[in-house]
Amino acid sequence: MGLLMVVVACGGSKGPSNEVLVSAAASLIDAFGESETAFEATNSEFDVLLNLGSSSSLREQVLEGAPVDVFASANASNMAQVIDAGASDQSTTFALNALQIAVPVGNPAGITGLEDFADPKLLIGLCAAGVPCGDFGRQSLEAAGVVPSLDTEEPDVRALLTKIEAGELDAGIVYVTDVLSSGAVAGIDIPEEFNVVAAYQIAVLTDAPNPRGADAFVDFVLSEDGQEILRRFGFESP
Amino acid sequence: MASAVNLVADFRLSRASGFDLELSMSIPAGETVALLGPNGAGKSTAVAALAGLLSIDTGRIALGEVTFDDPQVGSFVPAHQREIGVLFQDGLLFPHLNVMDNVAFGLRHRGIQSDVARARAEGWLRRLGLEGLERRLPRQLSGGEAQRVALARALVTEPKLLLLDEPLSALDVTTRAQLRRTLAEHLAGFPGPRLLITHDPTEAFLLADRVHVIEDGNITQVGNADDIRLRPRTRYAADLAGSNLVSGTAAGGSVDTGRHTIQIADSAIEGEVLLVIRPAAIALYLHEPEGSPRNSWLTSIDLIEDLGDRTRVLTGPPLPLAAEVTTDSARSLGLRPGTDIWLSIKATEIDVQAR
Amino acid sequence: MLVALGLLALAIFSLPLIGLLARTPWSRVPEILSREVVRDALRLSIVTSSLATLFAAILGIPLAWLLARAEFRGREVVRGIVTLPLVLPPVVGGAALLFALGGRGVIGEPLNQATGLLLPFSTSGVVLANTFVAMPFLVLTVEGALRSLDHRYEGAAATLGATPWSILRRVTLPMISSSLLAGLLLTWARALGEFGATITFAGNLAGRTQTLPLAVFVALESDREVATALSLLMVAISLTVLLILRDRWWRAL
Repeated sequence: MGLLMVVVACGGSKGPSNEVLVSAAASLIDAFGESETAFEATNSEFDVLLNLGSSSSLREQVLEGAPVDVFASANASNMAQVIDAGASDQSTTFALNALQIAVPVGNPAGITGLEDFADPKLLIGLCAAGVPCGDFGRQSLEAAGVVPSLDTEEPDVRALLTKIEAGELDAGIVYVTDVLSSGAVAGIDIPEEFNVVAAYQIAVLTDAPNPRGADAFVDFVLSEDGQEILRRFGFESP
Repeated sequence: MASAVNLVADFRLSRASGFDLELSMSIPAGETVALLGPNGAGKSTAVAALAGLLSIDTGRIALGEVTFDDPQVGSFVPAHQREIGVLFQDGLLFPHLNVMDNVAFGLRHRGIQSDVARARAEGWLRRLGLEGLERRLPRQLSGGEAQRVALARALVTEPKLLLLDEPLSALDVTTRAQLRRTLAEHLAGFPGPRLLITHDPTEAFLLADRVHVIEDGNITQVGNADDIRLRPRTRYAADLAGSNLVSGTAAGGSVDTGRHTIQIADSAIEGEVLLVIRPAAIALYLHEPEGSPRNSWLTSIDLIEDLGDRTRVLTGPPLPLAAEVTTDSARSLGLRPGTDIWLSIKATEIDVQAR
Repeated sequence: MLVALGLLALAIFSLPLIGLLARTPWSRVPEILSREVVRDALRLSIVTSSLATLFAAILGIPLAWLLARAEFRGREVVRGIVTLPLVLPPVVGGAALLFALGGRGVIGEPLNQATGLLLPFSTSGVVLANTFVAMPFLVLTVEGALRSLDHRYEGAAATLGATPWSILRRVTLPMISSSLLAGLLLTWARALGEFGATITFAGNLAGRTQTLPLAVFVALESDREVATALSLLMVAISLTVLLILRDRWWRAL
């Protein structure tokens, strides 16, 4: 909960005007990390602070009045709730992320596809319901007609990945970007007809303490430079 | 009841603290032996070894045919399997159990049925004048009552050996005297060997048939009251026997010791008594003292001991006593063995203990 | 001045509770608490905490006895290890359990291959995680009580014919019963509230490993009011347990 620490550090009030506080879904950690560096290089008057977490908890923070400038969500519903509450006017889709099955390196359980998720003898994990990755994963399984035999519902993608990386779980459903950034799991594609593509949304918040900086950052993300960075980490451009 | 057996203990024990105990004694059935010594002498260690709470390093402890502890042949009987009864200094009644449950504790753990156990426990409670206290908790008892309950608890299991670890030390003077009489009575009725641990010479000499003096982990002297007080082997023994203990029969202010009649201050005391006369209370004169104080007689000097700034003078017939004077006085009086000397003791300086 | 500071301290403790009560959706509470997922979490919490307390007692009392009475080299080290779960962040504890007893764990893997036993993602795993974090409370409470107990009473019991096992049951434990009870209640309360080690080691699945604290955390993601209602339930349970702890048992701690 980095946001809490930021709030406390700032004494709960608006920070200095060159800071841009970006709350972004956890799966954007690498892409936005590089985007931050690239953005600050060409816009040196701004200092981007990244606050990463699950889209749903970030949404909660925004709704509770956290002093965020930009909100980047991994799915439309969290963003919709923010817009409905009047915390933002509009959002833009800035990246697409497809789902992929993640298995430990070497695929010890011999997973071949979504059907294996119904096998009670295998250790299967998903993100918890309410977490975008978890909702999408369930959608995908439903589309494939598979009733999963779950062993755990992890609170966020990172927790799920950690257990797959350690070999404690045989398979899970995460984003393509997660498999790439982990480097310690192998990915198995999900057929397009069952796959769910997450449309990542980005928006400037109406009560942003630094609206100029917020706009500048969003513009960068949507620019060709920003999009190229995202593609490099496995996202697709809308 | 099984026939009573003798205790034989001959062992060495070293404790982690570096304390070494070497003990050699045998107690025949029906006898009470006292282990008398200052604090830290090793008395509690001795009790713990005999009780089976500590194991010895070398030697052997046996009760009759049963070997309690013999490291050389690897045999050790743990405490709960030795049929012993122990009376502790603080009684150590279990605070969460009432008097009846405390007394019946040993019986219940030997597998005796609860109603039989109760009956036997009640018998002992009656014998020790504790009826009506069955439901009391230990903290609701007086010091004397608690010790009597502890005695009942130890005796009710009909043990083969009785160990008394400073049983009277924690009591006040009056209770101590009362309980000493109770103890004497029940010890006499106990068929097996009895070991009394104490630092109080009066207690030792009154209750025991034989006294072993223990100092710093070793027995320094064995004997009865006379042996130790008249021929002390160590400074400690001398200090102990430093209170002359003379037994006799009191009547109308006089005590007949068998060898001489001593006048005492209290004319009401009757019966068997023990007189305690401090050596420093005995005054020595070259000539018959004037004013004839009540107790004075002519005697001769048997032995003179130079104890540094004090000198101990052992007198001879009719009643041998140990007197103590300053070394300067001894020199100025020119005391030598064989010299005739007058001694006198004020009746008020004589402490009378009823037996 | 003292009173002012005391009131401030009280405020720090009560404000979160007041915040919780203020946000509680009272009208929805009955419906929420009757949901199956909530009843599952409650049942799981109570069962795992109780089992964890039982194991903590079975393993912890002998350990406490050894620490209090036996003289052996390395006693300080053992006590340090036993205290570790108290100072370790629970998630770290859970991760450590995973490394040791997970399906790919140092001990877990051979154990699984030999017996087919797998602890993560199971209710037994929850009990293990709870036992790990809560047992130190019991061990330290009982050790403290045993230390202050005059162990000559045990010697007396031995001379009266009680076997070591009998002595433990009839003399030692009854004499430390206040502290023991307080220790057990604290252990139970700690196990009930355990989150980090549970979610890291045992995972999170309704009906199997999702205890009340996990349910609250997950509910925060989707429906805050449900989270609030569950939090209230946990506070109610914990407060009840702690109020049962009478004054004299607190002193025994």
